[in-house]
Amino acid sequence: MTLIRSNLKGLVIVLLAIVIFVGCGSGDRDGRKSIQINGSDTEVNLVQSLAEHYMDKHPGVRISVTGGGSGTGIAAIINGQTDIANSSRSMRESEIEQARRRGVDPLPIVFAMDGIAIVTHESNPIESLTIGEVSKIFRGEITNWSEIGGPDMAITLYGRQSNSGTYVYFRDHVVRADYSARMRNMNGTAQIVEAIRSDRAGIGYVGIGYIADSGGTVISRIHVVNIAADDESPAVSPLDPENVMSGDYPISRPLYQYTNGMPDGDMLAFLQWELSEEGQRVVARTGYYPVSEHYMQKNRELGLIE
Amino acid sequence: MKQGRLQQYLGFAILGACALFVVIILFVILYDIAVQGAGTISWSFLSEPPRAGMTEGGILPAIIGTFFVTIITAAFSVPLGVGAAIYLSEYAVEGRLTRWIRASIRNLAGVPSIVYGLFGVALFVRAMSLGTSMVSAGLTLGLLTLPWIITTAEEAFQTVPKSYREGSLALGATTWQTIWRNVLPYAFPGILTGAILGISRAAGETAPILFTGVAFFLPQLPGSLMDQFMALPYHLYIMSTQHHAIEEVRPLAYGTALVLIVLVFFLNLTAIIIRYRLRKKYQR
Amino acid sequence: MSIRSATDTFFRYLFLTAGVSAIGILFCIFVMLAINGLQTFADVSLTQFFLSTSWNPSAFAEPSYGILALVASTLMVTIGAMIIAVPLGIGTAAYISEIAPSYIRETLKPVVEILAGIPSVVVGFFGIVFLGPIIADVFNLTSGLNALNGSILLAVMALPTIVSVSEDAIRSVPKEFKEASYALGVNRWLTLVKITLPAASSGIVAAVMLGVGRAIGETMTVLMATGNALQMPGSFFDSVRTMTANIAIELGEVPFGTTHYFGLFAVGLVLFLMSLAVNLTAEHFTKKYRRYRT
Repeated sequence: MTLIRSNLKGLVIVLLAIVIFVGCGSGDRDGRKSIQINGSDTEVNLVQSLAEHYMDKHPGVRISVTGGGSGTGIAAIINGQTDIANSSRSMRESEIEQARRRGVDPLPIVFAMDGIAIVTHESNPIESLTIGEVSKIFRGEITNWSEIGGPDMAITLYGRQSNSGTYVYFRDHVVRADYSARMRNMNGTAQIVEAIRSDRAGIGYVGIGYIADSGGTVISRIHVVNIAADDESPAVSPLDPENVMSGDYPISRPLYQYTNGMPDGDMLAFLQWELSEEGQRVVARTGYYPVSEHYMQKNRELGLIE
Repeated sequence: MKQGRLQQYLGFAILGACALFVVIILFVILYDIAVQGAGTISWSFLSEPPRAGMTEGGILPAIIGTFFVTIITAAFSVPLGVGAAIYLSEYAVEGRLTRWIRASIRNLAGVPSIVYGLFGVALFVRAMSLGTSMVSAGLTLGLLTLPWIITTAEEAFQTVPKSYREGSLALGATTWQTIWRNVLPYAFPGILTGAILGISRAAGETAPILFTGVAFFLPQLPGSLMDQFMALPYHLYIMSTQHHAIEEVRPLAYGTALVLIVLVFFLNLTAIIIRYRLRKKYQR
Repeated sequence: MSIRSATDTFFRYLFLTAGVSAIGILFCIFVMLAINGLQTFADVSLTQFFLSTSWNPSAFAEPSYGILALVASTLMVTIGAMIIAVPLGIGTAAYISEIAPSYIRETLKPVVEILAGIPSVVVGFFGIVFLGPIIADVFNLTSGLNALNGSILLAVMALPTIVSVSEDAIRSVPKEFKEASYALGVNRWLTLVKITLPAASSGIVAAVMLGVGRAIGETMTVLMATGNALQMPGSFFDSVRTMTANIAIELGEVPFGTTHYFGLFAVGLVLFLMSLAVNLTAEHFTKKYRRYRT
């Protein structure tokens, strides 16, 4: 019995020691917290890549990047739980109001551009669609591929969940109505791609950065549909960076990072680096598009860069 | 008579098939994960952090995070749970209060894990302003584990023969003295078994930590209780659903699943060994 | 003397507090869910909440907070899981307790325990990588993430509970019942089916209710394997979203204190009450079969 008691005491001491060690934290980090970035699933690997590059060059700085969807990032910045919110859509009026009520002043910084690609199974013969047709498909008004010149199969819709900026952006700008209730809400872009690869009747919307690199090479076993703004315009491919940056491809969007007011210190340095030539090169290499002059001017107006 | 025999064989065969089917299910799950995951396991996988957007590298921060958060869970739920078990088994008299306590424990055991998560967010993250941190997550998991600890600890106390208590009390010891010297030491292995099993369940839980402190990717290990952390079950979840290259990292996901299963298995085995030695001791 | 009794009293009250804390925690959970959940109804009508099939808090047009589709999805995968797990579980329990020779029994019981110990996220992972493609192949579907997948996985999660509690119930049946039956010349199979199992029925019902509770409350498994579409389920091949998965998906994206935030707590409240109801039913039946024990 004394053996058990001495074991118990030993165990408790060890555990206490560990908890105390963890609880006090390591003094050698000078109490410096890492920069917290939360939000968009579309942006997470891009921002993580940017963060890794930056941390390589500035070893003292720590940046942690989490996904969860643009809605999660925006909620986090409103709740005061994060430093930078990644969002692939702009904040709504109601969200900005809510932030202001909590004493948070969201600053919209555009750090990259993205196109949303419409993807289908590699065997799908449809080469191009108009925005109108895409809208009807995702609204549930067109339900069979034969209605638009394809094989006789019921269309399976794949999309994101409501916490995704891509979900919201696509709905507000392309579908312009609520999604069909039959759309499957996948947990992330990659799940959409994986699902469509094995679904001959599938169609989905994904950020281009996920499926193509800067050379225009698309990942395997997925087909990208060319999009025409309307019946008169030519169908444009999102795979040519020029198309996205010039706006010829109709579904392109700015990618945002929101901060609480003007950032300073390490955070400001990191954001400025993202917008610099070097940072924008990393953006391009990851398959996204550098900020267009229009949005770069807005960044300047914010006072973020010269 | 022959018909009766045939009927019996058939009947028993069906039941045997049921049991066999259950075994097959377990086997298939473990086999798939073991075979697909074994290739990924290596010392570097276990000791390195993830790299390159988590497409390479290892899962060290997740292992460490799980380890730390389960310690917090244990530190909270074991003392409280054993205390409640002591009350139920040594002090309580059958009455309304005791019935309510037992009913509460049974119902707490049935509360969905995501509801514990909701509670954790409302209480620890917000009301107590602990934010999303290891301590919030650990306490939430602690609440989840509590009913289990109470139940198994109480069972451990029940296995200690009554005569131990009666002898001590007959010699004039108080209830507390009796418990401390004559009951607790003998119940200890059972309590430990229950605690280890409870911990292993907490280590595998994802829903309670989703919004109370776990993070997708942290560049360094948590330095204090108020930091966020990575954890094995959440890592598996995001590697298989939310990662930006889920097919590419599928092997890493399998590796994570295997590590998680091995961890749980190892803890269970430890608990079973302790229980086995306990049984031998009492068989005399 | 007085120090002894003072210490004793101190510890008595200490442990009493620990015991009562169980009631306190349950109560706090309920209160917290109610306080947050009921605030939803400042903006949302009760009829819409309970009767509308459309859950769309961040809608393009009017936000709607109807949980009917979520509840239906939860019930659907639960019932599907029980269809698989109940016969399988009772059969296994009967086998373990009545028929198996002791060496098989000693192997089967750990097997069931190990199955119980597999974390839900691992089961969900298995559903994505293994079961999903199989379901898609076998039924010629485009995706294996649907209610069927969820039901099978939930059955796997509920099985250990059903097996253990049923086995306990079956073993509690007094052996005099069986002996009387054998004495009358009835063979073992008929004894099992007509005497033992009916005698254990209360316990078996309790086991099933506990299994149901497990299935209703499961989060990660269904989150990963059911496809999460917000629609009224039409068949087991449809993608569904359960109440638990819905909370898990959306809790991260809600700013605190919004109607959406409260709405999720309201869903949590409904879940809590459902599992409470299931538990109370299980307890009722547990009491009935425990009467056999001496």
